[in-house]
Amino acid sequence: MYDKGKVIVGLVVFLGFATFPFYNNIGKKSAVPEPNLKTPVIEQMVVKKCIEPKEIMRGEHMQILNQWRDTVVREGERKKMTIGGVEIDTSLQKGCLHCHSNKKKFCDACHNYLSVKPYCWDCHFDPKERDV
Amino acid sequence: MAKQPKPEELAKVDYTPPMTAWMDTPAVLKPGNFCNAAKEKSLQLLDMPNPRTWSAKDDDWKLPDNWKEIVLEGLRERLDKYRSLRVFMDICVRCGACADKCHFFIGTGDPKNMPVLRAELLRSIYRKEFTTAGKILGRFAGAREMSLDVLKEWWYYFFQCTECRRCSVFCPYGIDQAEITMVGRELLNLLGLNIDWIMGPASACYHKGNHLGLEPHTFKSSIEFFLDDIEEITGIRPEPTFNRKGAEILFVTPSGDVFADPGTYTCMGYLLLFHELGLDYTWSTYASEGGNFGFFTSMDVAQKLNYKIYAEAKRLGVKWILGGECGHMWRVLNQYMDTWNGPADFLEVPTSPITGTRFDAAKSTKMIHIAEFTADLMRHGKLKLDPSRNDNKILTWHDSCNTARGMGFFEEPRYVLKKVVNNFYEMPENTIREKTFCCGSGSGLNASENMDIRLKGGLPRANAVKYVNEKFGVNFVGNICAIDRAALTTSIDYWAPGVRVTGLHELVGNALVMEGEKKRTSDLRGEPLPGCEAEE
Amino acid sequence: MGAIMSFVGVLALVLIAILGAKANLHLVFGVLFPYAAVLTLLIGLTVRVVRWAKSPVPFRIPTTCGQQKSLPWIKHSRIENPTTIWGVLVRMFFEVFLFRSLFRNTKIEMHKGPHLAQGSSKWLWMAGLAFHWSFLIILIRHLRFFTEEVPFAVSVTEYLDSFLQIGVPLLYMTDLVILGAITFLYFRRVIIPQVSYISLPADYFPLVLIFSIAGSGVLMRYFTKTHIVGVKAYTMSLVSLRPMMSMPEGVGTIFWVHLFLVCVLFVYFPWSKLVHMAGVFMSPTRNMANNSRIVRHVNPWQTKYKGRTYVDYENDFREKMISVGVPVEKQESESAEPAAEKE
Repeated sequence: MYDKGKVIVGLVVFLGFATFPFYNNIGKKSAVPEPNLKTPVIEQMVVKKCIEPKEIMRGEHMQILNQWRDTVVREGERKKMTIGGVEIDTSLQKGCLHCHSNKKKFCDACHNYLSVKPYCWDCHFDPKERDV
Repeated sequence: MAKQPKPEELAKVDYTPPMTAWMDTPAVLKPGNFCNAAKEKSLQLLDMPNPRTWSAKDDDWKLPDNWKEIVLEGLRERLDKYRSLRVFMDICVRCGACADKCHFFIGTGDPKNMPVLRAELLRSIYRKEFTTAGKILGRFAGAREMSLDVLKEWWYYFFQCTECRRCSVFCPYGIDQAEITMVGRELLNLLGLNIDWIMGPASACYHKGNHLGLEPHTFKSSIEFFLDDIEEITGIRPEPTFNRKGAEILFVTPSGDVFADPGTYTCMGYLLLFHELGLDYTWSTYASEGGNFGFFTSMDVAQKLNYKIYAEAKRLGVKWILGGECGHMWRVLNQYMDTWNGPADFLEVPTSPITGTRFDAAKSTKMIHIAEFTADLMRHGKLKLDPSRNDNKILTWHDSCNTARGMGFFEEPRYVLKKVVNNFYEMPENTIREKTFCCGSGSGLNASENMDIRLKGGLPRANAVKYVNEKFGVNFVGNICAIDRAALTTSIDYWAPGVRVTGLHELVGNALVMEGEKKRTSDLRGEPLPGCEAEE
Repeated sequence: MGAIMSFVGVLALVLIAILGAKANLHLVFGVLFPYAAVLTLLIGLTVRVVRWAKSPVPFRIPTTCGQQKSLPWIKHSRIENPTTIWGVLVRMFFEVFLFRSLFRNTKIEMHKGPHLAQGSSKWLWMAGLAFHWSFLIILIRHLRFFTEEVPFAVSVTEYLDSFLQIGVPLLYMTDLVILGAITFLYFRRVIIPQVSYISLPADYFPLVLIFSIAGSGVLMRYFTKTHIVGVKAYTMSLVSLRPMMSMPEGVGTIFWVHLFLVCVLFVYFPWSKLVHMAGVFMSPTRNMANNSRIVRHVNPWQTKYKGRTYVDYENDFREKMISVGVPVEKQESESAEPAAEKE
């Protein structure tokens, strides 16, 4: 008794699952997202600079937003920050989105690519897209 | 045999492993823990390799010069023959779940009695010889060289495993040490390294038809001897027949039932039952053994010994076969017989001539267990029973390893015993049914020279008996296994004195109210029935 | 010994990966190794299974853990003692996904008397289950790095794994569970004398290795951070078989470590005890129905019995049989005549 058929079925199923990423993508050239910085506000900035350098913003923006939320919602204190000489609220809607007014091409570009679903938008409205 | 220490002494088990790693700790063959070597003559009778007179106590085991080659070639052959072996050699993760499930480990504390380590004894050689990792990394990968020390270690520990399969119940991959022990013993047998207690019965069985070596006239007279007792007790004299052609049923039971107390009382129970039913059955002096000590030797010898059951059924022209109470006999009948010596296409699907029930669950092997047969009779109300005759017995039930884990035979005997016994208490849950403990002497280890290990291995079972003895006053352990009846008697007498051992059909025989019987005053053992004590 | 050696071993592997990163040996560490590792895993595991499958299952040897199928009025345990393929499938499902057998685990205690106590002991089962399930979920989660359109099943897994919404990035429960479970399994091996006694270096090594893989992943996600878009661009390039020729900027050394350790795990897998993943499906004591009394099981290498038969027996004992009236085939003993075999 070898149960050859059952062993082969088992192997095929296993190899099917294990190689899924390969045959699903073979030869495809996937577009690596590049967050779009062309918005009316950013275009007008002389020095195009966020509150922190790009690398830090890339890795830590979620923590920064979390901190802001905690200070505003839990401590009731709305702090200000200065970007390009302009003082604005530490706020997702009024702060980040003030410059990055293109959520779809900025936030969503990477989030969708990586299947990250931040819960910002559980409460916040999707902003109106404004880019150039 | 050395004088046995007191139970309290023997139960002081030290579970601390030795300071040295197990590969650096050669086995020390302690007297009382191993059996006498197989005799030259037994090996010759069965045409087995390397027959000679030898002793495990000697340094020289008189092996052939190329013994290593023989063993490794034997292992290679078996890896190709048994998927179980191949898989079990590769997949153990040494989680240790099996460790304290083995009665020998519980009783001895010897780490090499943990099923996992017992398997590693063989696995380490497998790795060295048959795996790339083992060849390159050696000890880091758990591999070691085959040597004489290893061979002696195998012999010592593979004959300290009763192939009870309890470890296999708990193993997350179902690794069955019994399979590994069986292969280990086969390899040892290639070098003539068996024990007398196995090879003696096996060769006797091959030659004379049963383990005890009873020749036809002795076998017949042994059974007829019971008839006198039965007549004295019941006033009825059954008339069993032998080698009778044209009988409807061939009855096969372990020869222990014919010869050794308390199995003999169970045998009397069979005789009473068959007489009362007027069953058209026959004994066979040729197929006079249901048990199979070949099973503890090699598949080859096991097939040889098993052969005669179907052959005799064919010769006598019976319709089907009924099997008596035995443990490993039933593992063999369930899982091996048909494959070895079938198909039994000359027989009919067993059908009870009394109730008309067709036993479709045995429609290929054509052989049913007497407890199934009796349970069916009782279910149909075909037996007149007086369980009060067993009222002086407070019973607990020991599930035998092989019928438990190699068959799943739990409810049939319980159904029967509840009809014939009024006082019944189960042992703790973790020690019964599929988790039942071995008697400590299975797989051919019920010799007398290894009494020390037998008692240690018997501790877990006997201890559970003692528990119900103290709690409920249990004074009898019932079972359906000839080795249990012999071995438990010894081990329980040691660990839980006062409790005795009985077969199922002894209880049936006692409770059976037969047509034309005289008023019974004693049970099948000749002891007074409840309420009749004063008359004695 | 193995417990410490495994640490040293894995530490050496980490160092190798760091050196690779520092020397920027992307073609070796980022292209060659991953492909070689995946191939080794798939081919090695297939070879292993085929080798098992080449040995037949000569006998039907399920370990029966419940009531057999018997008389119709006796309740049959269809799962623990199956007679049909369906029963076997359910039994295997419980075995593979819920570790049914390990769930039975007990622990003995020898008290004075002697009194042998056996209690239920579920810790090993719990840790084992926690470890394996976490591993599986983490594996499924990682598919987001290997699929452009992340499948729904993967997103759901991620969502459920992080639904406590602790911190940002959201904490995956399985990250904690796997590290905890491995720690338990490791210390169990070190501390329990019997388990320690049976443990080989090959038992500690995979634990330390997998802990380090999970640990480096946790570091990347929650602490040191990596350029995750770069990572996915890289992983996607691997699976589309258009490998990048250099690691994207911002993908730190720790990713090299993570990646290299995964490669080591893949290569190690088929030659080690980790093949229990495939082996559990092939175990004859679990994957067979207990129906050998109902259907004849055929053993491909079984030879027909040739040896002593009834005729030989009667020839040896004829007089004795006749003397007690046991019927015989031939009345007087004859010699040198053709045996009347009926076989």
